[in-house]
Amino acid sequence: AARGCAGVWRRACQRGAGGPAPRGQRDVSCNARGGAVPAGKSGLAPWVPVVGLEIHAQISSNSKLFSGSQVQFAAPPNSLVSFFDASLPGTLPVLNRRCVEAAVMTGLALNCSINKKSLFDRKHYFYADLPAGYQITQQRVPIAVNGSLSYSLCIDNKMSQMVTKTVRIKQIQLEQDSGKSLHDDTRSQTLVDLNRAGVGLMEVVMEPDMCCGEEAAAAVRELQLILQTLGSSQAVMAEGQLRVDANVSVHHPGEPYGVRTEVKNINSIRFLAKAVDYEIQRQIEELENGGTILNETRAFDSKLGCTVPMRDKEGKQDYRFMPEPNLPPLILYDAKSLPANINHQQVVNIDWIHERLPDLPSVKRAKLVERYGILPEHSFTLLNEDGLTEFFENVVKQTQMKPKKVIGWILNDLLSYLKQHSLTVKESPVSSCVLADLLNLLEKKEISSTAAKQVLAELWKGEGKTPLEIVKEKKLELIQDQKELEQICQAVIDGQENE
Amino acid sequence: QVSAALKEGRVTPTELCQRCLALVQSTKFLNAYITVAEETALKQAEESEKRYRRGQPLGVLDGIPIAVKDNFNTAGIETTCASNMLKGYISPYNATVVQKLLDQGAVLLGKTNLDEFAMGSGSTDGVFGPVRNPWSYSRQYKEKSVPKPHSEDEESDWVITGGSSGGSAAAVSSFTCFAALGSDTGGSTRNPAAHCGVVGLKPTYGLISRHGLIPLVNSMDVPGILTRCVDDAAVVLGSLAGHDPKDSTTVQDNFKPFELPNLTDVSKLSIGIPKEYRAPGLSSEILSLWSKAADLFKSAGAKVIEVSLPHTCYSIVCYHVLCTTEVASNMARFDGLEYGHRSDMNKSTESMYAATRREGFNDVVRGRILSGNYFLLKQNYENYFIKAQKVRRLIANDFVKVFGSGVDVLLTPTTLSDAVPYKEFIKEDNRTRSTQDDILTQAANMAGLPAINVPTALSERGLPVGLQFIGRSFQEKQLLTVAKWFEKQVKFPVIQLEEVKRHGHGVFQHQKSASFS
Repeated sequence: AARGCAGVWRRACQRGAGGPAPRGQRDVSCNARGGAVPAGKSGLAPWVPVVGLEIHAQISSNSKLFSGSQVQFAAPPNSLVSFFDASLPGTLPVLNRRCVEAAVMTGLALNCSINKKSLFDRKHYFYADLPAGYQITQQRVPIAVNGSLSYSLCIDNKMSQMVTKTVRIKQIQLEQDSGKSLHDDTRSQTLVDLNRAGVGLMEVVMEPDMCCGEEAAAAVRELQLILQTLGSSQAVMAEGQLRVDANVSVHHPGEPYGVRTEVKNINSIRFLAKAVDYEIQRQIEELENGGTILNETRAFDSKLGCTVPMRDKEGKQDYRFMPEPNLPPLILYDAKSLPANINHQQVVNIDWIHERLPDLPSVKRAKLVERYGILPEHSFTLLNEDGLTEFFENVVKQTQMKPKKVIGWILNDLLSYLKQHSLTVKESPVSSCVLADLLNLLEKKEISSTAAKQVLAELWKGEGKTPLEIVKEKKLELIQDQKELEQICQAVIDGQENE
Repeated sequence: QVSAALKEGRVTPTELCQRCLALVQSTKFLNAYITVAEETALKQAEESEKRYRRGQPLGVLDGIPIAVKDNFNTAGIETTCASNMLKGYISPYNATVVQKLLDQGAVLLGKTNLDEFAMGSGSTDGVFGPVRNPWSYSRQYKEKSVPKPHSEDEESDWVITGGSSGGSAAAVSSFTCFAALGSDTGGSTRNPAAHCGVVGLKPTYGLISRHGLIPLVNSMDVPGILTRCVDDAAVVLGSLAGHDPKDSTTVQDNFKPFELPNLTDVSKLSIGIPKEYRAPGLSSEILSLWSKAADLFKSAGAKVIEVSLPHTCYSIVCYHVLCTTEVASNMARFDGLEYGHRSDMNKSTESMYAATRREGFNDVVRGRILSGNYFLLKQNYENYFIKAQKVRRLIANDFVKVFGSGVDVLLTPTTLSDAVPYKEFIKEDNRTRSTQDDILTQAANMAGLPAINVPTALSERGLPVGLQFIGRSFQEKQLLTVAKWFEKQVKFPVIQLEEVKRHGHGVFQHQKSASFS
């Protein structure tokens, strides 16, 4: 049975004949406490959704996996193609050391066993964006296996309660990316750009331990943060550096797993959650209507919010796997097995890499909580937003205000302004020093918190005025003088008496 | 000797080049060359001449005309693999071995003919037609052949060169060049060497870079060296061997080029005679020659013992599975999209691929692709591919055991008979022929071992017959030393070609065997 939650899914609303689910359907979420909810409400037996993921992360390296051509996003078509990438006859693959290191780093960060000996294979199929007619991958023995990834979810959509889940990592394998083909239907032609052909990928396979879109999204988000922290992949989905395919099936508790479908063409984490949830819903409805699920590949249509069968993949492909004869087995060493007179340029030492791993997100969060006394949920948000942690820490350095209070200003005020205006932390018109100045005024009780918010609103306009200048301009200072205060109060009371 | 002549100025590189080019022209009927690179060759000869005048030749190979089999990439010169698929294909880069030869100052005369994509044992199945064995036109052969009535075409009796590096073998044999590159996957260098009476060396797998050699079977292919004597083979080997970062299957150990000693004492040598190489179909002539050779070693004081390589009989079947599977994979890149022939069919990408491949490949290639794909299917993989790999390991282990028991070098025949007439050869299909002809050479490729054909004697029909020596992994020096000794003993005759005599090449005529050093 699927680990994690035993979600319970019921038809949310009546489904029209065919077509995507009508709008207005509420997002279904899992029962995070586990255990099936008894089928009381609608009289239907509960469903257990099962979600696994195949994630392709483009390795962040200067050159490709087996050739020396450059790796770069959005370069002119076919400008980054070496003879080997174009599959010119007689060319041979040469393994890129940096790609191996990236895969080892990622494997270690995901608690995998690194295979000291892994092998390369050819996976054959014909397609315009695959010049050699085969992809070099690791089918028999991949570089890393049997790991795990922990991620957190908020229960009940509130930031107050977070629960930690784990998904098993089946394996990580090194493989080549394909080129890009663009179909020009008006001229009945296909344009092929091989810039991406041969770029190194790490395929991370997550076991079907997840049960809904939210879990899948959270797991991928955490993986993304890990990859970015390691630097092994920039993992930006919009640039195709992180691609996710979801494997979805449903079954009744106690029964064997159902037929699964593969969902592709998911372009963001948000869409991932939507696609998974839609597919789960679709399968439940199909089965409850007496239909069957086909073992097929479906594409997510983000405009319609549904999955549709993909035309290209028909029938089961036999990839005719064969060992790659031009690449000897990949041997990795650790401190113990490292031979004495080896050329260090020629080997990858797992222990050496392990020692140099940076703090992973989970460690960073724990440190933030410990150091600044903030809540775990806060640490998640800090890490989730690119540059926000740095911003927060810079403000804390420059102000006397306690971090516990600063965090509120960062997460409630600054962040909401950024979101409203769709800005990244880097693009913030309010810098950390400026915010720190403002918070200092508040801390010294020179202004009230209401006033501070007004000043912030003013600062947001980015006109270059300092907080002090704005306070003076708008006369927002708190009156400290006892006598002055007495005079004002007296004036008010007098005013009242006159009515 | 010719190298010395160049150094001493007795002949200039340009003269040498011109004479060779003229000879290429006059031996055109052999069809040994697909492309003759006259302009670039003359330029290279000029450059070489400048160096010699300055007294700064790059080495022994400077100014020496060579030929390269047309499955090696040569920048700016057409590389076709004798296939419609690559007709007109001009590669943008040089194969590592080609580059190395050019860096040494060698003069590249042209690209030689072969069986399409190196599939075949006759050099008869390429799109540019078959290669004719120069010995067909030798006095030695003509004297021994039955005189024909004038009504019959004299030309039709010509014999094949063997294959698949037939063009290279013919080029060396007919004096058009001093050395040629071939490739050897199942015997493709040694087989034509034997039939054309030249030295054919198959180096240890991993010694010489395959970068730029259009692959047949990546795990067995090696660049092969064809020369007129063993010393020359050693010289060429010296300039080619060594690690290439562009080829991950080359060993990283440092390679030191060597000069072959003149062995006089063979008493410390142990020669193995594998009994399984007495193959069905082995001609009695060759059998007796093999026996005489063994006796030669024995009477010179060497230890000659019979050994057994029990899995030899499985090597052909094993080779068929492993070869066709790799072929199916290696040929997958020929889809007409990036380079090579592209069909006019454009209804869909798939139909374009199918038409391109049907038009571009001959049936031998297509047949192997289909077989290979069959063996790679999920349901067949275990029973065919995996099993063949296991048998391959057994074959390789046979050699390990024998060499481990103290044998230095193995002595076997190279071919089952002397060269057959073309008319005879084409009576059987390519697959049948390959099965028959590869049997004595194939196992060395399975095991990755070095092997060499040394021309031994003329058959009753006046055609060359060679014998093969197989050595230990990376022990080319020992192998070639033994081969050189043997070569000296047998004194194989020089081919007497009327055409060569007509041109009066002083350099060639008055020698027992033409050589560099």
